[in-house]
Amino acid sequence: MGYIEKIQSMLQNGEISCVELTEKYLKAIEEANGELNAYVTVTPEVALEQAKQVDEKIKRGEKLLPLEGVPMTLKDNISTNGIETTCCSKILKGYKPIYDAKVWAILKKNNAILLGKTNMDEFAMGSSCETSCFGGATNPFNTDHVAGGSSGGVASAVGGDIAVFGLGSDTGGSIRQPASFCGIVGLKPTYGAVSRYGLVAYASSLDQIGPITKTVEDASLVYDVISEYDENDSTCEGRQGEPTYDTLNNDIKGMKIGIAREYLEGVREDVKEAVLEAARKYEEMGAEIVYFDLPALKFALPVYYILACAEASSNLGRYDGIRYGYKTEHYEGIHDMICKTRSEGFGEEVKRRILLGTYVLSAGYYDAYYKKAQNLRGTIIKAFDDAFKNVDVILAPTVPMTAFKSGEATSDPVETYLTDICTVPINIAGLPSVSVPCGFNKNGMPIGMQIIGDKFKEGKILNVAYKYEQACPENFKDTKWGVKL
Amino acid sequence: MKYELVAGFETHIELATDTKIFCSCSTAFGGAPNSHCCPVCIGLPGTLPKLNKKVVEYGIKAGLATHGKIANISKMDRKNYCYPDLSKAYQISQLYAPLTIGGYVELSSGKKIRLHHIHIEEDAGKLIHSHGDTYVDYNRGGVPLIEIVSEPDIRYIDEAREYVEKLQQVMRYIGISDCRMQEGSMRCDVNISVRPEGSEKLGTRTEIKNMNSISNIMKAMEYEYERQVDLIENGGKVVQETLRYDDATNTTSSMRSKEDAHDYRYFRDPDLVTICVTDEEVEEIKSTLPELPTEKYKRYVSEYGVPEKDAQLLTKYRNISEYFDKAITDLKKPKTASNFIIGQMFRILQTEEDKEAFDVKTTPEQLNELCKLIEGGKVQNNLAKSTLDKMLESGKPCTEYISEEDMAGLDDSFVDDLCRQAIEANPKAVEQYKQGKEKAIMACMGYVMKNSKGKANAQDVLEKIKSMIS
Ligand SMILES: [Zn+2]
Repeated sequence: MGYIEKIQSMLQNGEISCVELTEKYLKAIEEANGELNAYVTVTPEVALEQAKQVDEKIKRGEKLLPLEGVPMTLKDNISTNGIETTCCSKILKGYKPIYDAKVWAILKKNNAILLGKTNMDEFAMGSSCETSCFGGATNPFNTDHVAGGSSGGVASAVGGDIAVFGLGSDTGGSIRQPASFCGIVGLKPTYGAVSRYGLVAYASSLDQIGPITKTVEDASLVYDVISEYDENDSTCEGRQGEPTYDTLNNDIKGMKIGIAREYLEGVREDVKEAVLEAARKYEEMGAEIVYFDLPALKFALPVYYILACAEASSNLGRYDGIRYGYKTEHYEGIHDMICKTRSEGFGEEVKRRILLGTYVLSAGYYDAYYKKAQNLRGTIIKAFDDAFKNVDVILAPTVPMTAFKSGEATSDPVETYLTDICTVPINIAGLPSVSVPCGFNKNGMPIGMQIIGDKFKEGKILNVAYKYEQACPENFKDTKWGVKL
Repeated sequence: MKYELVAGFETHIELATDTKIFCSCSTAFGGAPNSHCCPVCIGLPGTLPKLNKKVVEYGIKAGLATHGKIANISKMDRKNYCYPDLSKAYQISQLYAPLTIGGYVELSSGKKIRLHHIHIEEDAGKLIHSHGDTYVDYNRGGVPLIEIVSEPDIRYIDEAREYVEKLQQVMRYIGISDCRMQEGSMRCDVNISVRPEGSEKLGTRTEIKNMNSISNIMKAMEYEYERQVDLIENGGKVVQETLRYDDATNTTSSMRSKEDAHDYRYFRDPDLVTICVTDEEVEEIKSTLPELPTEKYKRYVSEYGVPEKDAQLLTKYRNISEYFDKAITDLKKPKTASNFIIGQMFRILQTEEDKEAFDVKTTPEQLNELCKLIEGGKVQNNLAKSTLDKMLESGKPCTEYISEEDMAGLDDSFVDDLCRQAIEANPKAVEQYKQGKEKAIMACMGYVMKNSKGKANAQDVLEKIKSMIS
C-alpha cells in the first residue's frame, strides 16, 4: 500500500484528524527545512483551512475524494492564486498570480492539502537546484549532496517526508533526475497528458508536469487525478485509456523490456550495474530483455539545448519589470529600465540560456541551429517509434551518476549539461518515463533507473515499475527526516 | 527621365469577432483602460493561448473574397520583439505557413493587384502618454487581425486609393470588419520604390508605416515618390528604411534604417497546434459568403443596363446593393429602381455612414410596387418621383398617394387611341418628322400628354408614336 492510501484510510478510520496530520507536517517542515531548504514558501493558513474542511467532511460521513486530505507541495513554477510563485528567481520575487494553474485547480477541488511551494533551479534551468535565488535544496540522504534539479525542492521534501507527494515539472529530466538523486519515484508523463496551463514556461514544447512520490502506487494515483483534459491548453489531450491504477499489478510475463546499448555508454559503473541487476530481476519475473541500438540518441543533448534555449529566450522575454515582479530602482527611460531589470533580476544560468536561445534563432543562424535541431528532433522521435515496434518499454539509467556534492555542478556548465544525457531524449520525443530507485552506491546515495514507454503508455510503465517495487522493496528507503506514519 | 512608381501594401484589418484571438475577453472598441483584459491577454506567466475558431473562419472568408487559396495546414509563429505594449514580448502571428496564399484585388480598370498571402495575428496594446508618464492599456492586446500582403503591383497613386477602397468594400461586404481607418481597425504600411520607366529591375524600397487615412496614404506616396526621384536625379541613392509620415508637415521621416531593423527571431509557437482546414470546411464557409461587389457590379451593368457610374454607387455598400436586388426581383427595367435609389434616396442619405447603413423608411417591396406601376404605364415618372419623396418621409406604400383615379384609364389601349388621335390631328408635324425633322414629333407628344392629364409615360408614348408613323 502506498502512503496516499494509508493516510486516507487513517483519516477515514479516525486514527488521526486531517488538521492533526497537517500540523504534524507543518511542524516537520519547521524542523527540517533549515537544512533541506526544500520549501521556499510555506502556506499553513491554506493547509489548515483545507484540512478543516476535510475533517468536517469526514464527520459528515462522506467518502474522501482521491488525494483528499493528503499533504503535498507544488514546485514554485506552478501558479497558485494569491500565493507567491517565483520560479526561484529574483525577477519574480513577490509575484502572486491572480489565477490557478489547472493542476492546482484540480488538486484544490479534491482537497489535497497544500503545505507550500518548493525550491527549484531558477526557471527550471539547472540540474542541481543550486541556481535557485534561495540557494539549493539538499539531499535528504546526505545534506552535503544536492537534491538534483530542477525540481529539487519537491524531491527533497518528498524524500525527506515533509510532504506526501509533490508536483514537479520536467523539461529535460527535472522530475526524474531529482527523484533518482533522492531515492524516490518521479513520473514524467507523455507530452500533452497533463495540462501545462499555469506552469510558468521554460521550454513550452518540452515542459510537462508530473508527480514525485515515494512509491509507484502514489505516482499512479496522483497521475490519474491530474491527467485531465484541459481546453485552455491546446496541446493537452489528457490521459488516454483506463486509470493507470487499475493495471498496476498486471502480470509482466512475456513482456519485452528493451535496453538501448547507447544508454549504458558513459554511465558510471555502479549505476550501470544497478540497472543491469534490475534487468535480471525482470527476467526472473518472466520478462524478456532485448538489447538494441538507438544511434539517434547522440543528437539528443545538442538538440535539447538548442530547442529549450530558443523557446526559453522567447518565453522569458516578458519579464521586463512593467507589469509584475522585480523592477530596478534607478533608471533613465524605458530601455534602460528593461535592461537593468533583466540584468539584475535573472541569474547567470538563465542569462546564459537566454543568450544561447537568442543566438540560435537570429537571422543567419536559424537554419544552421534551430531548423536543424527541429529536423533532428524528428529523427529522434522516429527512432523511438521504431524501437517501440519491437519492445514494450525501455529500461535505462535515469542519470549517469548519483547525486553530486553541493557546489560541484556549478563549476562547469557543459559538464553539468552532460548529466541530462539520459533524460532529455524522452522530452524531445514527448514520451512518458518513470524513474524508480534501483539501489545505492557504496556511500549510500540512491541510484535511479527509468522505465520509458510509448506515447500515453503511462499505465504500462507504471505497471512495470510497480512490479519492480514489489520485488525489491529494499531499494525504497526512508531517511531520518520528517513524519513517520 | 520618367520614373515609374512601384508600390505594395501591407494592410492590417481588425476582425469584428466578439472575443479576442486567444482568450474570451471582449474586443469592443474603447472601454476603461485594461478593462477588457485577463491573465491570458496580459501575458501572465504560465498562461496559454487558445485559438478562437471564428478568427480562422473570418480569415478564410477574407481569403476567399480575394480569390486566394486556403491552406489546408497553417501554423502560428512567434514574432519576438520587446515593447511595453506587447505583454508577452512576442506577437503570435504567421510567417512560415499563413492561412491563405495568393489571390488578387481587381480594380475597375480590370487590372489585378496580386496578393502574396493573408495571415492571422494578434494586435498589441496601446501606450498612453499623460502628465509626463507613460501608461499601457492592453484592451487592444489580443484583438484579432488579418494582414493582407500585396505584391508590388501598384503603379499609380490612384491605383493605391482604389486598392484600399476595394479592400475596405470587400471586407465590409463579407462582414469581417468595419475597416474604419480613423479608429484604427484598418491600417496600412506602404512599400515604395521608383525605377526608370521601362526598367524591369526593382529599385530600393522604403516602407511608410501605419497610415490611418486614404488621403494620408495618397499624400505620403506622392511625397515619397517625389523624394526618391529627386534623390536619384541628383545622384543620390535611396536607402532601405522604415519611414513615418507626418500629415501636419506632409513629409516622411526615418524611424529606423535597415542596419537597425528588428530581428524578430520568428519560430513556430509551441503552445498552439497546427490549424487544419478541410476542403469541405472551406466550401461550407464559401457558401455563406454574399455575392461580392465586383460580381454584382458586372451583373448590374451587363444584365440590367445600369450605367457604370450608377452601378458603382449601388455596389459600394452591401446594404444598398441588397436593397436594390430585393427591389428589382420581377422588374423588366431594373434601371428605374436604380434611378430612384441614386436620385431620391441618396438625397436623404448624405453622409457615407448614412449610405452604408442605408436605413430608409421605404421597403424594397414598396419601391418595387411603385416601379411596377411605371412599367405598367399606370404612373408617369414625375408623379412617381414626388410620390417616392412622400413615401420616404412616411414609410407608407405608394397606394397611399396615388389614387385609383390617377391610375385609371391609362391602360395601353387608351394610350394607343390617344396616339392615333395625335397623329391625325397633326398631319403637318408628321410630314416634317418623316422628312427627318426629329423635333417635329413633339407636337404629337404634347397632344397625348395633355389629353392624358400628364399621366402617360412620355418614353412609351414617344416610342408608340414613332412606330405608328413608320
Ligand atoms: Zn483576455
